[in-house]
Amino acid sequence: MIELYINGTKYMIDVDPMTPLLWVIREQVGLTGTKFGCGIAQCGACTVHVNGKSVRSCITPVKAAVGNNVTTIEGITSADGEPHPIQKAWLTEQVPQCGYCQSGQMMTAVELLNQISSPTDSDIDTAMSGVICRCGTYGRIRKGIKTAALAMRSNAEVPDDG
Amino acid sequence: MAKWSRRAFITAGVIASGAVVFGVAIRRGNPVDKVVSLAVGDDETLINVWLKIATDNSITVIVPHAEMGQGVHTTLAMMLADELDADWDTVQMLEAPAHEEYANYALKRGYSTGDIEFPAFLVDSVNGYFLNAAKESGTQITGGSTSVRYTGELAMRVAGASTKAVLLQAAADKWNVNRDSLRAEKSYIVHDASGRRARFADFSVEAANLSQPPAPVLKSHDQFTIMGTSVPRIDIPAKIDGSAKYGIDVVLPDMKYAAIKAAPVFGSKVADIDETSVQEMPGIHRIVNLDSAVAIVADGYWQAQQAMEQLDVKWTLSGNESIEQSDIAQQLAGALDAANANDAFEVDLEAGDVKGAFDAASKVVNAEYRVPYLAHATMEPMNCTAWIHEGRCELWLGTQNPLGFTLRIGKAIGMNPADVILHNQYLGGGFGRRSVSDFAEQAARIAVDVPYPVKLIWSREEDIRHDHYRQASISRFSAAVNAAGQPTAWQNQFVNKRVPAEAPHIPYAIDNQLIQFTNSGVHVPWGFWRSVDHSLHTFFTESFIDELAVAAGSDPLEFRRELLVDKPGFMSVLERVAEESEWGTPLPENCGRGIAICRCFGTTVAQVVEVEIDNGTIRVKRVVCVVDASFTIHPDGMRAQMESGIIYGLTAALYGDISIHQGAVMQSNFHDYQILRMSDAPKIETHIINGGGRFGGAGEAGTPAIAPALTNAIFNASGLRIRELPIKHVDFSQQGPEMQGVT
Repeated sequence: MIELYINGTKYMIDVDPMTPLLWVIREQVGLTGTKFGCGIAQCGACTVHVNGKSVRSCITPVKAAVGNNVTTIEGITSADGEPHPIQKAWLTEQVPQCGYCQSGQMMTAVELLNQISSPTDSDIDTAMSGVICRCGTYGRIRKGIKTAALAMRSNAEVPDDG
Repeated sequence: MAKWSRRAFITAGVIASGAVVFGVAIRRGNPVDKVVSLAVGDDETLINVWLKIATDNSITVIVPHAEMGQGVHTTLAMMLADELDADWDTVQMLEAPAHEEYANYALKRGYSTGDIEFPAFLVDSVNGYFLNAAKESGTQITGGSTSVRYTGELAMRVAGASTKAVLLQAAADKWNVNRDSLRAEKSYIVHDASGRRARFADFSVEAANLSQPPAPVLKSHDQFTIMGTSVPRIDIPAKIDGSAKYGIDVVLPDMKYAAIKAAPVFGSKVADIDETSVQEMPGIHRIVNLDSAVAIVADGYWQAQQAMEQLDVKWTLSGNESIEQSDIAQQLAGALDAANANDAFEVDLEAGDVKGAFDAASKVVNAEYRVPYLAHATMEPMNCTAWIHEGRCELWLGTQNPLGFTLRIGKAIGMNPADVILHNQYLGGGFGRRSVSDFAEQAARIAVDVPYPVKLIWSREEDIRHDHYRQASISRFSAAVNAAGQPTAWQNQFVNKRVPAEAPHIPYAIDNQLIQFTNSGVHVPWGFWRSVDHSLHTFFTESFIDELAVAAGSDPLEFRRELLVDKPGFMSVLERVAEESEWGTPLPENCGRGIAICRCFGTTVAQVVEVEIDNGTIRVKRVVCVVDASFTIHPDGMRAQMESGIIYGLTAALYGDISIHQGAVMQSNFHDYQILRMSDAPKIETHIINGGGRFGGAGEAGTPAIAPALTNAIFNASGLRIRELPIKHVDFSQQGPEMQGVT
């Protein structure tokens, strides 16, 4: 049995430890927001976070995730149901078309904004060029990241009135 | 529970005048009851086949097209809701079940009545179903940019207007007032004289029993309240939290997974499967011989895929094993040579006196262009979940042609198509690929062998190597030019004519034209690829017209303007793109501008590309796009489709190349079938013109012009004329300026 923590929930999974994390998340855990695109870490559709860092779950053996916190697209909404600023920005900018790559786009963008609060175009290019979109939503992704960055900075500046 | 006594069915057929006919009544016991049971819940009234009104006054629009990212669920719902004067905030959308009553009536009637605007290329899709009588035709296609142009115009708007008419009539009867004293507003009926207001839902049962008017008056463009606005897309909320269900996401009880390997060489079959090669591997349930492919069913997809890599399969020889890409290129060129030598071309278009014009020419310009095979590479690889139980075959997948698939699958497994139940999901990209049912037929055939549901997933490698490809082609041109540099004759010879028929034709005022083709069969499967033949012919014709401008010493935009002066639809787009792109203003060193224009699927698009060539590296910096679809229903959706079409076309122009080695496709995944990425994506500015007339399409019109606009820009920057795609094969550091083709 393999013990996994995904989006804060513990799962006990009986699976070959070499099975890619992607298929465990999709088939054993049943979270289908993380997508299969290429199987060789070329497209980024399968991007999830392991301890906050983006990994390509299609080539990451599940054993590598043991003892670590895995976050998927289903886990970026806050505990009280508030969408992540990236999700809100994706809605504002009407980013997705077919939408299939967008989980990977958003997970990659969340990591970028966690590292750089005001990313430049060049930062965005560097961070996002590993994730392919066949519908050509790149311009809107760029806008969405900037919109989310602005919202996150504004939120950070709001004094805690608690 | 709302009882329904009689339902009026719309069969939005076009009669000779272009008006629309309504009214095939259906009752319980009627074969089309199935539609009612599929579409209507207990507290709803089905007013006609396209909409229902619930007791809470919410309205559900039933859309017979697949959502593959083009926003069609939103756009079609808007068209109906606007004519109905519905409250958009309470409008919901339901994708129509795969049923013949939901087939694209408008398309069928458009064809059978010889509607000249009907996209002829759909005729030979799905094995010619269109050619059969309406009931057998099995068309529910999302493709050819037809959704808005046909379903929207001939069904959605008519259904909305007609429903409004019967709701008004029902209210007039109930309130005992003149119908003309009533109006509809945001899902309410209003009687201004008395101030009385009541919800649509209060009249829906009575309205459903009234005969719906055959030719309701539709709104003029200036009366639209919902159309022409950028309402938030219906499908987006589910696409930002992982909850949107694509075919690949379907989960069923006791479901197992299948991996597949098809014969690498097109035309080969399974000769032998050595099952012992995987018998020790865990989780394997079954190996299925599908004649031209082998599938392995396992507990998990990764287990199935691992086993597939180990499975020892021998394939029959098809005779195609020695074919190389260079052989195909030689064959296509040879076909042109032979047709020329033997005077064996078929004539596509002939006008004026071409020979006379060449005899009188002061200069002749020649050029030859080539394009490669292209794969679709949808982000979601082909997949389908199939389950055969209780005498039925249920399928879950994303398809651009649900009804056509049920017919093909019924045939593949020997089942009545009425017993094939298809559950269409979101499509993770379509671009034409998901109009071919090969993968769904495979899933159904695997399901025949097992008692549980099985989800077949193609690997990316299978997806790239077993696509139905945009054709490779060659096109040769000669133009006669007079002393003033004006073209007097246009001669074009190309190989393999597909569809749409008008793709090779030019808008330019050249009096003498001869466009010819010859066909030469290849073993590589052909398929609809975004904009179909426009994707090649626009590159050919818009490159050559640019070469003629250069030969005349003219500015390429000015040269086009002079030849389009009598075509206001083109002129307005051309003028606007000149203005928005600041055409003619100076650019930095090593930069260039190029233009191309194209009319396809009822929409005119011009694009100006700004490119920079820096140390042999190309950077596409900016694309200015002007689009006239007569009227744009959803401006933000139109911009999104232009951005999408441009990136799709740029990917193809820069990188796209499927090539054949030993009879099989060489490329296999995104490392060798490269896709444009964020860092290479240009800034795109889209400007919309509402030029009036019949609505044009959005999904394909953005793609064709971008390749020639880019190569024309590269010429402008460097003097290098690119006549063969993709551009990645051009070595910019080695080649100097050239002016080939001018004699």
